[in-house]
Amino acid sequence: MFTDRLTLRAWVLMLPLLVVMLAVIGWPLADTVRLSFTDARLVGTGGAFVGVENYTGMLGSRNFRKALVATLTFSVWSVAAELCLGVLVGLLLNQRFYGRALLRALMILPWALPTVVNATLWRLIYNPEYGALNAALTQLGLADSYQSWLGQPGTAMGALIVADVWKNFPLVALIALAALQAVPRDIQAAATSDGANAWQRFRHVTLPYLVGPLMVALVLRTIEAFKVFDLIWIMTRGGPANSTRSLSLLVYQEAFAFQRAGSGASLALVITLIITVLAGAYLALMRRAAGQGG
Amino acid sequence: MEHRSLGFAIFVHVAALGVALTVLAPLGWLFVMSVSSPADLSAKPLHWWPDSIDLSRYRQLLTPETGAAFLASLRNSIEVAAMATLGALLVGIPAGWAASRNPKLGWTLGAVIATYMLPPVALSVPLYLILAKLGLLNNVFGLALVYLSILAPFVTWLLKAGFDPIPRDLEQAAAIDGANLWQLLRIVILPLALPVVATALIFAFLLAWDEFFYGLLFTSNQDAKTLSVAIADLAGGRVSDYGLIATAGVIAALPPVAVGLLMQRALISGLTNGGVKG
Amino acid sequence: MKPTRIAALMAATALTGTAAFADTELNALFMAQAAYSEEDIRAMTASFEAANPDVSVTLEFVPYEGLHDKTVLSMGSGGAYDVVLFDVIWPAEYARNGVLVDVSDKITDEMTSGILPGAWTTVDFDGASYGLPWILDTKYLFYNKEMLAEAGVDAPPATWDDLRAAAQKVKDAGLVEYPIAMSWAQAEAAVCDYTTLLSAYGGDFITDGQPAFQTGGGLEALEYMTASIEDGLTNPNSREFLEEDVRAVFQNGDAAFALNWTYMYNLANMGEDSAVAGKVGVVAAPGVSGVSEHSAVNGSMGLGITSTSEHPDEAWDYIVHMTSQPVQNAYARLSLPIWASSYSDPAVTEGQEELIEAAGKGLAVMYPRPMTANYQEMSMALQQGIQEALLGMASPAEALEGAAENSGL
Repeated sequence: MFTDRLTLRAWVLMLPLLVVMLAVIGWPLADTVRLSFTDARLVGTGGAFVGVENYTGMLGSRNFRKALVATLTFSVWSVAAELCLGVLVGLLLNQRFYGRALLRALMILPWALPTVVNATLWRLIYNPEYGALNAALTQLGLADSYQSWLGQPGTAMGALIVADVWKNFPLVALIALAALQAVPRDIQAAATSDGANAWQRFRHVTLPYLVGPLMVALVLRTIEAFKVFDLIWIMTRGGPANSTRSLSLLVYQEAFAFQRAGSGASLALVITLIITVLAGAYLALMRRAAGQGG
Repeated sequence: MEHRSLGFAIFVHVAALGVALTVLAPLGWLFVMSVSSPADLSAKPLHWWPDSIDLSRYRQLLTPETGAAFLASLRNSIEVAAMATLGALLVGIPAGWAASRNPKLGWTLGAVIATYMLPPVALSVPLYLILAKLGLLNNVFGLALVYLSILAPFVTWLLKAGFDPIPRDLEQAAAIDGANLWQLLRIVILPLALPVVATALIFAFLLAWDEFFYGLLFTSNQDAKTLSVAIADLAGGRVSDYGLIATAGVIAALPPVAVGLLMQRALISGLTNGGVKG
Repeated sequence: MKPTRIAALMAATALTGTAAFADTELNALFMAQAAYSEEDIRAMTASFEAANPDVSVTLEFVPYEGLHDKTVLSMGSGGAYDVVLFDVIWPAEYARNGVLVDVSDKITDEMTSGILPGAWTTVDFDGASYGLPWILDTKYLFYNKEMLAEAGVDAPPATWDDLRAAAQKVKDAGLVEYPIAMSWAQAEAAVCDYTTLLSAYGGDFITDGQPAFQTGGGLEALEYMTASIEDGLTNPNSREFLEEDVRAVFQNGDAAFALNWTYMYNLANMGEDSAVAGKVGVVAAPGVSGVSEHSAVNGSMGLGITSTSEHPDEAWDYIVHMTSQPVQNAYARLSLPIWASSYSDPAVTEGQEELIEAAGKGLAVMYPRPMTANYQEMSMALQQGIQEALLGMASPAEALEGAAENSGL
């Protein structure tokens, strides 16, 4: 009885959150599902049932495939770079050196910088005529002429990824550092005295402590990267030639600029599905890794 | 670590310097742009340091006569973030505590956290239609309500992780003494959990401050337009004074960066706890 | 007025710093830069408020790229904007979606006869008027007189082929690396330049409801653009330039030629931050021998009342004020008046005779972008096609074929 009363009380305490979630997430999501089977427009007509027409039309379109490739490219490269760089810098921060406390404090800065400001800052840096990157490269003798970083498909995506990595690798580094500090010193020392070299120590002693936290970072960053909107909206608006138009930008365009709420909704749900599958796959991997490790 | 050679020590220091420069250079440049004259910024070769410090953009943006629109967006951002944070804490504290004390409810919280996977575009059309129907488009209150969809799950998750280590015997003792639920929370739990609540508060505020997509869609004018939307408008390629854009960026970045530096210990433990414990 | 309302108003006044006791508050949406400056619009609005102390107007400025979406999205919130600036390409869509109020019966005979016929095309759709024209604009060819003289080019180009030859001379003389600056970013600006060239080559966007820009003049236009980049005559960075980038490059002395709107003339020729002040020449965009004398795109914009406005009468008064001849004449440095008789008024023409002369030729041949309710979609497809060709991802013919398929027409 006592436990039941406690459970009931817990439900009561949970209720406000659940009500709010239902109002701002549950219901809108359900309505998005409904809209995705209609030809509703954003303003005006209610929308008639059209079956799966939105889905088939959208999935078969050149725009969708192009945006999917752009989103995947952005996500894979930026998350991979953030994890690699994050682990390396985490290992560095775990060493003893002058100014270590200061450097750790600095790592919080890119994370704290608002995304919109980050995007604006990098857009200015990449400016083809008066940007700092072109000026620095030519003045250092690393490049002969000014480049249109955000104006060519070959470099625009790379430029976006660099901007995203710069903002997000410090967070991964801090997570890695926290995990590294949990590695017991005596195991390290024992491994050293057993004659293990640096790589073996990292692989067999340190890495197991890093895997869990890094998997979480991997999942979170992948989800974030797949949803990317702000950064691209400000830096390229999807250009040049729509080579950096992410799926989120495509939904915005479809639902709000072209006002086709129905087909925009179907596209948004497809993105949601892809993210869910990705996150599910990661979680399954994590569980397997945890099973092996424990 | 005991057998560090000199070469390794040098390598570590050089690498640390490289990381520090990588982090600082773009930020430093943002600040330099904000105090450089337009002529310095369009010079070829570029002037890396201005001949004279030009603070006119700060004056332009921060005085009511010339910066009314910017100041309004600053105020809106503060209002929206404050309301959304408060709302998230109000629903997040009881829910986080309940989930921490009753593992049976863990799946509910899991479901709430799973909403993090939803891209905002998947909710934006219905949210737009609802807000329109309620007359809450272009309204700070309506925007704060929408922000709850981002803040509440995150805050609850952080709080639950923070509540977990607080021993249960205290509250059991208080419950036996006849304290009711509210007294229990107020007298026993919250004082112990204050650091966690403070961390959650800061995170929530920063998340709201950072938000752009909903702000772009759901606000139209100075009544509700937030700072991130105002900056995006400036950065849209239609303002030729790069220094002005940079200045707006510096001002928008100051609050979170200051909070980040001052509260870094709490923030890092909050961030990494979440990461380490999952 | 009830005391509580007065108190509320006083509080509101104290908060916003507006001096007047306004009964009606209007919200107006404008764009930042190109044409009238923000300062000019604020001054015009102040003079309206001074004449109408019971009305106050709050101004909102967004980049051109945000103007359409902001207007459409505001339809959900009653009265977010009372007055909106709209581009010549939107009345069809706005009419279909009921965004703007039909103001045909408010238009006076004086307006009908006084405003240039070309300007009316900005606000008219299907026999109804959805506002008043405010900005009468097209793209002109700007050139740096000093550079042309140094390179031995005697006269500004009269045809697009002349432009190529002149640019080659400037390049060969080593004056600048890339003589021509264009706004060919993935944006409406690129479509405007393309339209200018399409009209020069005698092309069509649509014939019999089907896309026609992928053949004939439309194809030649894109081929010209692509070739000018390949030949190193047009700055390759043009592929990420908007109008303000073009102005920055031109007035910094980094280009000899540029295609841009009216507003650049006085900013580049007299602006304090311009390195080419006093050296700026302007002519109507060139033609193609045997096809056209000059070319021009209709880049005009109008002011309309939103259907959600609760103060349509005051909104109309405001629009009438903003488009009135005295106001337009007083601010004719960045945007030329819509009124025919203004062009013979010395107060308007003085100091910008060259621009007035170019306008006389350019405005007369303004070519429209298609009037279709799906314009945004068509334009997006076209922007992508133009960029694919300019970036060498596809031949101009392939790129335009793709755009035609994607255009939703």
